[in-house]
Amino acid sequence: MMDESTELSLTIAQIVQRLKGSHLHSQIERQAKECLHQPDIKLESLKEDVRSFLKTSGWERKLQNAVYRELHVQLPPSHPAAPPEHLKEPLAYMRKAQASWEKRVLKSLNSMSTELGVPLARMRPAVEQKELTNKWNEMGTDEPDLSRFRPVYAPKDFLEVLISLRNPNHDSSEDISARSHWGLIQVPLNVRDIPQLRQAYSELNLTTGQLGIDDHAHVHPDLFENDYVQIGKKVVADQDSAAAQQYSRQGCPTGLRAELWALILNSTNQPPDVMHYEQLKAGVIQHDLLVDNLIYKDVKLTASNDDYYFVFEDFLYQVLLCFSRDTAVLEHFKYNSATPPKSYIQGKVGEEECAVVYPPNVAPLCFLYNEPSKLYSVFREMYIRYFFRLHSISSSPSGIVSLCLQFERLLQTHLPQLFYHLRQIGAQPLRIAFKWMVRAFSGYLSTDQLLLLWDRILGYDSLEVVAVLAAAVFAFRAENLMEVTSLASAEAVLADLSTLKVMPLIQIFLFATAI
Amino acid sequence: MSGSTEDIKAVTCTIKPPVYLQIGDTKTDAAHSGICVVDVTLPFGKPANIEEITFKNYYTAYVTVRLLRRGPGQEAPAKWCTALRDLPLMDNPHTEGGSQDYYSIHRTQMQVEPDHVVSVRLILRQPSSAWLTFSLEEIKMYPHTEPDSEKEVSDWLSDLTLVDQHPDLEGLPDPQTVSSSIQQMWALTEVMQTNQTTASIGRFDVDGCYDINLLSLT
Repeated sequence: MMDESTELSLTIAQIVQRLKGSHLHSQIERQAKECLHQPDIKLESLKEDVRSFLKTSGWERKLQNAVYRELHVQLPPSHPAAPPEHLKEPLAYMRKAQASWEKRVLKSLNSMSTELGVPLARMRPAVEQKELTNKWNEMGTDEPDLSRFRPVYAPKDFLEVLISLRNPNHDSSEDISARSHWGLIQVPLNVRDIPQLRQAYSELNLTTGQLGIDDHAHVHPDLFENDYVQIGKKVVADQDSAAAQQYSRQGCPTGLRAELWALILNSTNQPPDVMHYEQLKAGVIQHDLLVDNLIYKDVKLTASNDDYYFVFEDFLYQVLLCFSRDTAVLEHFKYNSATPPKSYIQGKVGEEECAVVYPPNVAPLCFLYNEPSKLYSVFREMYIRYFFRLHSISSSPSGIVSLCLQFERLLQTHLPQLFYHLRQIGAQPLRIAFKWMVRAFSGYLSTDQLLLLWDRILGYDSLEVVAVLAAAVFAFRAENLMEVTSLASAEAVLADLSTLKVMPLIQIFLFATAI
Repeated sequence: MSGSTEDIKAVTCTIKPPVYLQIGDTKTDAAHSGICVVDVTLPFGKPANIEEITFKNYYTAYVTVRLLRRGPGQEAPAKWCTALRDLPLMDNPHTEGGSQDYYSIHRTQMQVEPDHVVSVRLILRQPSSAWLTFSLEEIKMYPHTEPDSEKEVSDWLSDLTLVDQHPDLEGLPDPQTVSSSIQQMWALTEVMQTNQTTASIGRFDVDGCYDINLLSLT
């Protein structure tokens, strides 16, 4: 309950703290020093002149973008009495559930290590290191024996944990209640319904042009597309993060998407970033982690069999192996309710992130970025802003628990007949939709449609649109679903989403559903 | 919120167990109560000026703060007044938002000055039937300190002068008046140290002499 001005000064102080000593900071300092040689910088008005120089040369904009990025990942100002775990997750029972889930995953990993006789981490012998360096760009050609490795957990296991989440203070004894919930998630989180979503996602309404709808072949490009692309080019030229985010709400043109996403995420491919990537690569070559095998197996199973993604197999290995060693990712544990497990490597305490990354999340990005270090930094930023919430138990509105609940509520409120029918035949809708949502639909939609969906995730800084799409898919196939009589046939109706166009579905569900 | 509350200790107070109000016979009525009253009494004879009340929420939707204030004179009757009515702690009483958060109520948010407070009554409301119970935890009250005196000194002195009983005096001056005048003098010396002025310290003028070594209690 701090007043606004105190909150603001606290936020400013925190951001200044974080940006101090960053690469951008030293760059701006250097620029400011160098500009002193210029004739139009006068001693009497030194401060203003340097400031206006920084503004015209674009450095002020870069600083603005950096501040904007910090605002995205910053924790909200908190009460001084609140302990750190409360900041990550205010609800005690959720913290407990996350902790026991982590223990379970870790136990599974440890037992796999013991069973197979493979250490969690080991230093690679020199010969092996040399070999890996040589075939760094073609790891996909390897065919090692991975049959002994099984996944640490499947999405189904995670769903069971979410279903069993209970608030000990929640009264679920009432049978006849107006707010009876037919779905599987039993946690009373606050999720938005269609009237509120209409307000929040107003740029998606029927009268606003969208990429994914109004760039269709039937629609003349002069009606929307040409102008929209021109605006996009201006946004990129201006290098403004906030404008790029706003722009992305109506979709990003294919030719500009890579730059727009990098702008929104403020992922600049500066020398320190390239160096960081090279360091991680060196780490991969030096040490062999048990999770590497799991990543390898997962990529082999999913991406290499996929018609679109197999070309990126090598990229995927490079990115994911580096990602699993990136300690900068550990920063996001400040606001992630999960805790990174600690490992003991010969007496020295190291920290590793557990294998909770799903490879297909990287694959769509491969279409946009062909440079490994750039691809890596965009992927990492997307993970620490959004995707990690799909793998941890928290009360965040973008967390997987909220998304599941929102999906079920939307379906129950607006398609009650369908929900009831599916429940009766033992096909709870969440059991089908969960695997889509936990991957943000990656691997289920065609790539261009997936990228249009992810445009909106970035544009609205929220994963809610994933839950909306899941409900919209059920609405779209409602007629067929009403005819099925078993879970298996319901799954069959919803097995193939590759022909779906996401934006019309979302638009109709949000703005054309009768309330 | 002022950053100084980390140094200030909370006022020691007794928090009575919460009383849940029911309509009708408490034994037969199985419905959950939607109103709860928590009384927090300050030590007897030591009314406090409250700077801030902090607590941790546990599924309370709204809180009303009522204060029992006694005027400066000992004879003035104590009166109840409402400092804050129905402050929302949860955005939606049926859902989790804000249900386990930490909160502060600062004196500037109160509708009346929380000075000379003898007792605080917190009235908690939870209209939703979704929850089995609701309450507030870790309730703490922080005293208001005068801005021009050293915080540590006043805390130390207030601990020193914490007199609950009236000792048997025989011809000696009342300890309360003695200690309060010592307090005043001490505070003034601190002020003098921080604000070096050439103004005379008229208060301590004894026979026209400005020598501080000589203090008179008369």
